Amino acid sequence: MIRVKFPVLALVAMALVAASALAALAQEEAEQPNPPRLDWTFSGMFGIYDKAQLQRGFQVYKEVCSTCHALSIPFRELSDFGGPGFTEDQVKTLAATYQVTNAQPNDKGEIFKRPATPADIIPRPEAYPNDQAAAAALGKAPPDMALLAKALKFERGFPWFVLDALPGLEYQEMGADYIHAILTGYTKPDDLQWNLYYPGHRIAMPQPITNGAVDYKDGTPPTLDNYARDVAAFLSWAAEPNLVERKRIGLRVMIFLFLFAILLYFTKKRIWEWVH
Amino acid sequence: MSGPSTYVPKSAIGRWFESRLPLMGLVHSSFIAYPVPRNLNYMWTFGAILSFMLVAQIVTGVVLAMHYVPSASEAFSSVNFRIMRDVNYGWLIRYMHSNGASLFFLAGYIHMFRGLYYGSFKPPRELLWIIGVIIYFLMMATAFMGYVLPWGSMSFAGATVITNLTSAIPLVGNSIAHWLWGGFAVGGPTLNRFFSLHYLLPFIIAAFVGLHVWALHVAGQNNPDGVEVKDVARDTVAFTPYATIKDVLGLSVFLILYAWLIFYIPNYLLDADNSNPANPLATPAHVVPEWYLLPFYAMLRAIPNKLMGVIVLFAAIVVLAFIPWLDRSPVKSAKYRPAYRFFFWVFVAVGIGLGYLGSQEPTEGLALIARILTFGYFAFFLIIMPVLSFTEKTKPIPTSIADAVLTKTKTAAVAAG
Repeated sequence: MIRVKFPVLALVAMALVAASALAALAQEEAEQPNPPRLDWTFSGMFGIYDKAQLQRGFQVYKEVCSTCHALSIPFRELSDFGGPGFTEDQVKTLAATYQVTNAQPNDKGEIFKRPATPADIIPRPEAYPNDQAAAAALGKAPPDMALLAKALKFERGFPWFVLDALPGLEYQEMGADYIHAILTGYTKPDDLQWNLYYPGHRIAMPQPITNGAVDYKDGTPPTLDNYARDVAAFLSWAAEPNLVERKRIGLRVMIFLFLFAILLYFTKKRIWEWVH
Repeated sequence: MSGPSTYVPKSAIGRWFESRLPLMGLVHSSFIAYPVPRNLNYMWTFGAILSFMLVAQIVTGVVLAMHYVPSASEAFSSVNFRIMRDVNYGWLIRYMHSNGASLFFLAGYIHMFRGLYYGSFKPPRELLWIIGVIIYFLMMATAFMGYVLPWGSMSFAGATVITNLTSAIPLVGNSIAHWLWGGFAVGGPTLNRFFSLHYLLPFIIAAFVGLHVWALHVAGQNNPDGVEVKDVARDTVAFTPYATIKDVLGLSVFLILYAWLIFYIPNYLLDADNSNPANPLATPAHVVPEWYLLPFYAMLRAIPNKLMGVIVLFAAIVVLAFIPWLDRSPVKSAKYRPAYRFFFWVFVAVGIGLGYLGSQEPTEGLALIARILTFGYFAFFLIIMPVLSFTEKTKPIPTSIADAVLTKTKTAAVAAG
């Protein structure tokens, strides 16, 4: 007759060994490195965006990235809570330097151009009015950057992808690390479209930015590494502008739920006292 | 278990109402006086947790539908820009809904595995179990269609892969696929009907949940010892306050996990590719479904023949409905079935293994492992269960629930004293 003890631990161990073997099998051809994990001010339970960093990142976007990449968010978000912290007047002035086509014709029936207001979406790069034009000129249309930081990923593999969910270890900044890695991954000076971190190493975007390309006003060293960090932080904000408010509410919710659960635990003990 | 209501309203208005519509009596007999086995553990709180999650999904979903635009050109921006940025607390509602789906399935899987472990599908609870299988299937359909609605690139790829399954059916397959799509490929009409069905199905789920609870209250709850209630006074406690307080405690702990996902790792379970708008010309490099469908996806891919793959996929769900007749062992709980308990945990490992394989890019080596695990999945139901029914040497079961509880307390007292 079949009689087996209850070897849960042994089974768990077996499953772990099997899973590691599977993981090894799945990653047998990992010929390119994963982006390194950096420290971000907005990681972790209490992380928030660094205003000065987002403002520098916006400067990098405006002076470099925006030549080819759209960033389809309204100007007004630049002064929203938790973001780069521009004042409403600064945003108004900034918006007015752009020309947009009005959505509705005027009362003579003419489509007209006007200076942008904070409510307008940041206009696309002037040279490429649509993705087809950009693809025709550049070979491949540069992606819109509004959600770019959420749209990039790389495989973490077992067991990391499990650990990435745990409190204290949580990893939600994959997109920022990826953007930073790409910008600093042009390591072959003779081949501007070779990138260490891009899958297959052939990237359509030639090296976009080098040391000293952007003139920082706040004394931050004008290095490629700083540009990459700042623009990655800025794009993380653009993709997830509610992060600061979200974590702030989350902390209150967590404190409430923990207290509630503890009170319920003692209530339950009291109610069940006589039953056992 | 539930007989005629013994509820007597205290007020005159209550008596007037009760004699015309005994609604309060129904609530009283179902959720207050209803006797529950006194030995239930926390695995039995997942029914309440699932009810909560269903209501949470419906409430957040109704709010999202007020702001969502079900059209191929507007859907993506209505979710990612309007709802996530412009709607007041839209990001919160959306993260509650998208992560809620995952936690709904997590609770559902715990609930189902609990039923498997303690033999909750055995007589007199066969119909209760089958209704549960129907709910599970409806949940999968609802979740799949909901995943398509943000119209990201993984939404589009998922919709294409799943609707294409019908084209494996001989002769009429292509016509069925075209009929589902409302065109010659997944497109705007597909999105529109998925939105309509995604709004409809949760209410059908709610109706089946009603049947599920009804059937439960007729047969009574199973319990960790798997012996039926013999003496209501000795073996059971009243639903309120005893089960209610446990359910609320279980739920509040579950909500901590839910809040962790919503507020701190809201994008952990979402595929990054879905932050790119759907584009028929640019399929994601690696198409994967959400985690809760991964084991079935692994089985689908493990079979080289498309039609056979689809048959295996559906058989993997249909086989669940036959469990009450595949496992004939008179002993319900795995507590007293050592061999079944061993194979149960192997089955859990097989399920997790299949889930992992479903998330990986298919290679020759992995396909072989996936085939072995697929065999293991079906073997648990079709070989292990029937064979163990007749060959397993089970441990003696307690004569009653009260005895089981008293033995446990006594042993504990002896051990302590």
